[in-house]
Amino acid sequence: MDLRATPAEEAFRADLRAWLAATLPTLPEKALHTDWQARRAYDTNWQGLLHAAGYAGIDWPVEAGGRGASPVEQLIFKEECERAGAPYVGLGFVGLLHAGPTINAEGTLAQRTTYLPKILSGEHVWCQGFSEPGSGSDLASMRTRAVLDGDHYVVSGSKIWTSHAEVADYCELLVRTGTEASRHKGITWLIMDMKSPGIDVRPLKTISGSTEFAELFMDEVRIPVENRVGEENDGWRVTMVTLSFERGTGFVGELLESMRLLRELTELAKRTGAYGDPGIRRRIGHLAATFDGLWALTKRTVSEAQATGIPGIGGTVFKLSYSEAGQKMADLAMELLGDAGLLFDDVTHATDGQSLGNADHVENWIKSFNLTIAAGTSQIQRNIVSERILGLPKEPTVGAKK
Amino acid sequence: MNFQLSEDQVALRDGLQAIVEGRFSLDAVREREDASSVVDKAGWQALADAGVFCLFVPESLGGLGLSITDGVVAVEVLGHALVPGPIIGTMLAAGTIAGAAEGTTLVGIAATSDRGAVPGVLELPSDCDGYLVLPSARDGAAPATYLARSAISATLATRSLDPLHPVGRLNGPLVSGTLELSGTADALRRRALLLTAAFEVGLAAFALELSVAYAKDRYQFGRPIGSFQAIKHLLADELARLEMARAQLHYAAVVTDAPDIAAIDGEVYGLSSTQLEWRAVAGAKLLCDQAALSATKTAVQVHGGMGYTWEVPVHLALKRARVHATMLATSDQMADIVASLTH
Ligand SMILES: Cc1cc2nc3c(=O)[nH]c(=O)nc-3n(C[C@H](O)[C@H](O)[C@H](O)COP(=O)(O)OP(=O)(O)OC[C@H]3O[C@@H](n4cnc5c(N)ncnc54)[C@H](O)[C@@H]3O)c2cc1C
Repeated sequence: MDLRATPAEEAFRADLRAWLAATLPTLPEKALHTDWQARRAYDTNWQGLLHAAGYAGIDWPVEAGGRGASPVEQLIFKEECERAGAPYVGLGFVGLLHAGPTINAEGTLAQRTTYLPKILSGEHVWCQGFSEPGSGSDLASMRTRAVLDGDHYVVSGSKIWTSHAEVADYCELLVRTGTEASRHKGITWLIMDMKSPGIDVRPLKTISGSTEFAELFMDEVRIPVENRVGEENDGWRVTMVTLSFERGTGFVGELLESMRLLRELTELAKRTGAYGDPGIRRRIGHLAATFDGLWALTKRTVSEAQATGIPGIGGTVFKLSYSEAGQKMADLAMELLGDAGLLFDDVTHATDGQSLGNADHVENWIKSFNLTIAAGTSQIQRNIVSERILGLPKEPTVGAKK
Repeated sequence: MNFQLSEDQVALRDGLQAIVEGRFSLDAVREREDASSVVDKAGWQALADAGVFCLFVPESLGGLGLSITDGVVAVEVLGHALVPGPIIGTMLAAGTIAGAAEGTTLVGIAATSDRGAVPGVLELPSDCDGYLVLPSARDGAAPATYLARSAISATLATRSLDPLHPVGRLNGPLVSGTLELSGTADALRRRALLLTAAFEVGLAAFALELSVAYAKDRYQFGRPIGSFQAIKHLLADELARLEMARAQLHYAAVVTDAPDIAAIDGEVYGLSSTQLEWRAVAGAKLLCDQAALSATKTAVQVHGGMGYTWEVPVHLALKRARVHATMLATSDQMADIVASLTH
């Protein structure tokens, strides 16, 4: 156990830090979070800058055009970016973290050369069409159908909760090609061009009031067979390759952001006087210790991935603990804010005349609810942990329900 | 950066594991239940021979010269087996107090209470030959001292909460000893907290293993109870708590061993290396308290009526967790420390 950085890791950090210090001041104003075109422009500009500097696809293999950084370097990358206040991956998320790595692992040479470079450069934005109205946690029950017609699949059905579908160029789409009852064995992974005729995107308003995700209706959308990744009916396995990219370091940015928010909250508590209450102090202490513990767990996971290629237990249990701690912190913020937690307009402190920063905390409180839902609900995470790690018996399966 | 146990650490853990399995089987440990003296001399000697007590003593003085991180790895094994006796005090006293390293002097830890009203209790009053006396945490500058058992007036409790970790009532406030220990009391306290936390991780892992095994074995409604989500989700949460606690424990041990790492990490939060160390150690103790208390409570629940029996060993882990989450410091005190270092 030696937590010291190697000279190579230190050099990587120093270069990156210098680049961030030089680059971040040149960024344009942040986009309004309700203005999707502006958000797209902002995020793709950032991705382009990363690309030009050789930081795009930090975790992607060199053959795929990525940096091929080691797991530890990936961690350093996220750490430095968060500490410097760099933008998040944003709309690049699906392309860089799901679709791209899947195409790289399972796609043909033609697919790799067509799609990967433009994900890396930020030119193309991808979305993820997995969940359906009738199939969320039980993804294998999905019903969006694809029927082969010559050299095209004809796709009809609907997807839901598709994040930033409004501004996406491509969709990683899961469709049913097997029989209705085929479950995992009858799913195929397709690349869908979002400009294809027959697609209808209807934005859904989230509890934060903006339209983060959409409903996606497909009426006889024709998708060329050459857009299939992997074999027909082998899409579930292909998808699992993607999902495994999500564990491990998937939430490092969020964790570090939470640690920063907690420090801000502590300052807030001192300004409002709430810090004098030992109950409040202890909640801060518990949360800080939990985030520290999760940060240590992340380092261990990354080190394990570096040594063995597999993130191990840490990657699987992380999300469960992190999402709960994140929600607890968000609750604490709301209690500290009191009345100022009831509005998004900035409120200034009665005596020091400075903003309370309440808008960010209120926004964060609302967003905290998706922590235990998106990317696998906490209940599903607990099933995974108890079955795959503790070896407890599986749920009895009754088959897909309508 | 490497967060994996080294080969030597794996060997240390596995070697100790083998000794513990031979000497401290559950049956053997349970023979000491409710005895006034819980230390089995032959077993204690075996631990001494294996180098457990001289682990931190420099090689030049005949010890193993190992680090706190190594110590944490070793103590987790002992916690998992519920090994009774003043392990942590003796490990920390070795090299200073004659006979501790060799297993002939048994050294407990006595901390003067911060809590005023209760004069406090003394661990293992019939087993220990002496105590490391830690001054109240509020009195940071006072030195740690050593006090012979004979210099402390304490009465063995007629019944202690933990039958494997009996305590006595102090008959008056604890006074400092005459022998001043080298190093600051503050550093000694952090080491004691870390080793205690390591013991707790062992307890949590033991309790979780018992629960998982029982959940696979016990059938109700024609299914193993471990197939009910109400059970499996409890256990998944315990594993998540345990792994987070263990990771923080190892991190805190590493920064205790390496002030240069503490300094680098401290910079990020505007903390000195000692402050960073405190934040890491207090956080680790807090998370390990929670992991041990929660995993052992859950174990009682998962075992149903069996969990409420003396026969099933779950209660032994539960009670020891209570002991270690209480004696040296409470979770609330740890949370206060972490909060005071969050800015
Ligand atoms: C902000 C956000 C963004 C998203 N983005 C995308 C996206 O881009 N693309 C995409 O495909 N999907 C996306 N999702 C969808 C997300 O993956 C699903 O919401 C999630 O998998 C849960 O599915 P569901 O909403 O249908 O809930 P359900 O599966 O209906 O679950 C409802 C409740 O039942 C519980 N439950 C279900 N099954 C079990 C079980 N076996 N045992 C115990 N409890 C159970 C759940 O835990 C939950 O509490 C997004 C979701 C959110 C919130």
